[in-house]
Amino acid sequence: MSLEALVLIAIALPLACIPLLSIAGDRAPNAREAISLSTGGATFLAVAALLDPVNAGARPDMSLFTMLPGLDIRFTVEPLGMLFALVASGLWIVTTVYAIGYMRGHHERNQTRFYICFAVAISSAIGVAFAGNMLTLFLFYEILTLSTFPLVTHHGTDKAKRSGRVYLGILLGTSIGLQLLAILITWVMAGTLDFVEGGILDGRVPDGVAAVLLLLYVFGIGKAALMPFHRWLPAAMVAPTPVSALLHAVAVVKAGVFTVLKVAVYIFGLDLMVRLSTGEALQYLAAFTILAASMIAMTKDNLKARLAYSTISQLSYVILGAMLATPLGVLGGGLHIAMHAFGKITLFFCAGAIMVAAHKTEISEMRGLGRTMPITMGAFLIGALSIIGLPPMGGMWSKWFLGLGALEAGQMFLVGVLMVSSLLNVAYLLPIPLRAFFSPPDRASQQVPTHNGEFEDEDPEREAEDITQEFEEETHGAPDGIREAPLPSLIAIVFVAAGTVVLFLFPEAITGLLAPIAGR
Amino acid sequence: MIATQLPAIQVALPLLAAPLVLILRNGALAWSVAVAVSWLSFAVALALLLRVLDGGTIVYLLGDWAAPWGIEYRIDEVNAFVLVIVTSVAAVVAPYARRSVEAEVSSDRHYLFYTGFLLCLCGLLGIAITGDVFNLFVFLEISSLSSYLLIGLSRDRRALTAAFRYLILGTVGATFYVIGIGLMYMMTGSLNMADLATRLPAVADTTTIHAALAFLTIGLALKAAIFPLHLWLPNAYAHAPSVVTAFLAATATKVSIYVFLRIFLTVFSGASIFESFPLADLLIVVAVLGMFTGSLVAIYQSDVKRALAFSSVAQIGYMILGISLLSTAGVAAGIVHLFNHALMKCALFLALGAVALRIGSARLDQMAGIGREMPWTMAAFTVAGLSLIGVPATVGFVSKWALVMATLEKDHVLLAVLILLSSLLAVIYVWRVVEVAYFRDRPDDAATLSDPPTSMLVPLWIMTGAAVYFGLDGTRVLDVATAAATRLLEGWP
Repeated sequence: MSLEALVLIAIALPLACIPLLSIAGDRAPNAREAISLSTGGATFLAVAALLDPVNAGARPDMSLFTMLPGLDIRFTVEPLGMLFALVASGLWIVTTVYAIGYMRGHHERNQTRFYICFAVAISSAIGVAFAGNMLTLFLFYEILTLSTFPLVTHHGTDKAKRSGRVYLGILLGTSIGLQLLAILITWVMAGTLDFVEGGILDGRVPDGVAAVLLLLYVFGIGKAALMPFHRWLPAAMVAPTPVSALLHAVAVVKAGVFTVLKVAVYIFGLDLMVRLSTGEALQYLAAFTILAASMIAMTKDNLKARLAYSTISQLSYVILGAMLATPLGVLGGGLHIAMHAFGKITLFFCAGAIMVAAHKTEISEMRGLGRTMPITMGAFLIGALSIIGLPPMGGMWSKWFLGLGALEAGQMFLVGVLMVSSLLNVAYLLPIPLRAFFSPPDRASQQVPTHNGEFEDEDPEREAEDITQEFEEETHGAPDGIREAPLPSLIAIVFVAAGTVVLFLFPEAITGLLAPIAGR
Repeated sequence: MIATQLPAIQVALPLLAAPLVLILRNGALAWSVAVAVSWLSFAVALALLLRVLDGGTIVYLLGDWAAPWGIEYRIDEVNAFVLVIVTSVAAVVAPYARRSVEAEVSSDRHYLFYTGFLLCLCGLLGIAITGDVFNLFVFLEISSLSSYLLIGLSRDRRALTAAFRYLILGTVGATFYVIGIGLMYMMTGSLNMADLATRLPAVADTTTIHAALAFLTIGLALKAAIFPLHLWLPNAYAHAPSVVTAFLAATATKVSIYVFLRIFLTVFSGASIFESFPLADLLIVVAVLGMFTGSLVAIYQSDVKRALAFSSVAQIGYMILGISLLSTAGVAAGIVHLFNHALMKCALFLALGAVALRIGSARLDQMAGIGREMPWTMAAFTVAGLSLIGVPATVGFVSKWALVMATLEKDHVLLAVLILLSSLLAVIYVWRVVEVAYFRDRPDDAATLSDPPTSMLVPLWIMTGAAVYFGLDGTRVLDVATAAATRLLEGWP
């Protein structure tokens, strides 16, 4: 099969399964999930089959049709996109496994719509990854926003509706108001929107204009959640946890920072980036976001909210890497897409598992939870260590390269920011598993599983009591009252947690892939 | 033989069918005739467009009287394209009309409705096709009078006052237009467009021609509902039968904008009015005001039909903005939006027609929860609404792209920003509807709904599908529009 065909298959497969999903519908949930899983598997295989050729230097390239005069819908596979597509499609499978346990365990409504929107979202994430020019990227970027909207508002409550407005307002507002303007100006001045190594703006656009364009792009890519356009991400946390896990820790937010990297490397080019005054300003803004979001995270008692702010902080690592515009900085940024994806999805999976199995959403209620959910909390610890950037977890490598990149750029201050940020990460992440394991469970939280009505207003999920009973039946006879999440969810959690360790051991799989764009 | 007579057939077909329908006096038969005529007209218009794109301007002398004494039809890329827009909308709307008209017009008046529809079609086609300014006035009156009738046919009593208001303002507009061409005739002794174009430069600097220009501008701005002369439009659209709204929104104002283009760019081409008058700058200001006012008012409407009518005012602002840039890219953007807006607004109003069929109105508060019960209708509404916002992969995006490109080409960065900002306002008024339809629960006592019959659903989805198809493959339409813009700016050979 030609490589170009594989590219198309990877994008079209998730869409092709939609009719099947809707036929299976809520009546045949097993068939529906089987379709989801096998499509996920096939999509991942199609993406993975591209890896070796791309490593060997191939750049599959194809145009579908001419959307606007001189502008094709075009796909080009390059290392950065390859990495993002692999991460997104790979974690889709894991998330589907997890979602089977979660959505059923949680008795969610509209599960078919959930799986359909999920498929569209993944397809557009892969479209973003493989886009060959900025127009194609923008097209899929917007589809990604729209297809995730029904997922954010899944519960249909007033809170979900309000959050949906924030979500759509910020993402569409920035992309249409700023990003599209930047794209149009680029097209008028540079005469092309293709992603070209070394950039397309250098020499065609005065540096002053390029500096403004950079601001328009970076702020216009609202999915990267650079402050002050970060509010949509905490708002999106009303979604069911698998959505938060895959989309708001991996696909959507990574599509944002991926776009930032892509723009920096292929639209501006590193040589031009270094000359731009706004580049440095954005470094400091990214640094500010890293620290400020971490501090806000500390004040959040709701676990998902804390994780959301942690994500905002971590996304700015990638932006920082792109704005440093040094080979090592870009390499670190690219690595962080993968490393953070595994770390954060682990944490979200755990948060969902805790919600399903113990009906807890607030961190203060999680004391002693390690005794009833040892596997989940263990995985949480591993994920947290990876986010902090400690060996033997993959998160260490991206921070390592980002630090080197900052040194390369002569920005000692930013190296300091990275270190302080790691300390902040320790402060807001580690207490959660530590208290879960070492603090005695307090009385209130012991009683929660039996009457949990009081959490209903904080947590829009329904029928919590039913689930409790089911779990009590399911886990009947387990030693010492161990009450873990449903098996599919648990498998997914262990898998991604193990992934962070594997990434620590074999980082050269990714650094090797990214070597060409880092110019090494 | 037939091929050479196509221009006459284009107008004569609906003109002759109209009295036939009146005589038939039978709703179902009248409907069949209307459908057949609109489909045939569409075929004729397509054939004309292909011939023009192939072989250049077609000149057709009515009764073989040579211009400027006789009336000539002169079809170039511009009006061939407008003919296609009008007939394609008619061809899609006509089959839809049957069930919708049954629900919204009392049964003894069905044949009147189809008579009005055919006359209106005839008038619009005549306006577009003719090369004679007075002949244009005649067709303008035919289309206007029949649209007053169509609006007034609604069971909604408020439609009568809306139609009356439209009648008054429309007549003022038409009268101003006829005064304008009268003044031109005084100075040049000609009513033929091509002839006028060569004669006007000699007398362009007289007060008479300046006065003519003023009358024409106001008259045509009234007909095209250009802000702030749009006051007749919201009520007329809101209270007319759904089919009429869909048809008129997609064609009537578009044809008026075509006349605007034709008079100012072709008839006055040699007279360099844009250099001696700050007309273009004035239009830019008016267009931007229209874009924002229309959208802002649309946000506060409780009737979705009315909200979309105000959105039309804003969208007309985009078209005028493109045209008043006076560059090929700008005029092309205006023309592209003419086509694109016709597609999406037609789709939106058709969707509302389906809603009206089921719940009897298009009031926002009554639309709670209908997304689940009328999935296909509301899905089409959402897609067309996204197009109105200008999301990529829809025609709205192509329009916006072309328009912003045109402003940037002229270094009007501020205008580019304003266009993008105003398109964000569309997010608000579209999303209000989407939220109510999908996230609010239906009242418990409400009857269960279902999607409209196939005869309505298929036209709705043809329009919606076209709005997506031409959004993905925008080059084809942009090419035609660019050819049309070039023709307008360069004049007839």
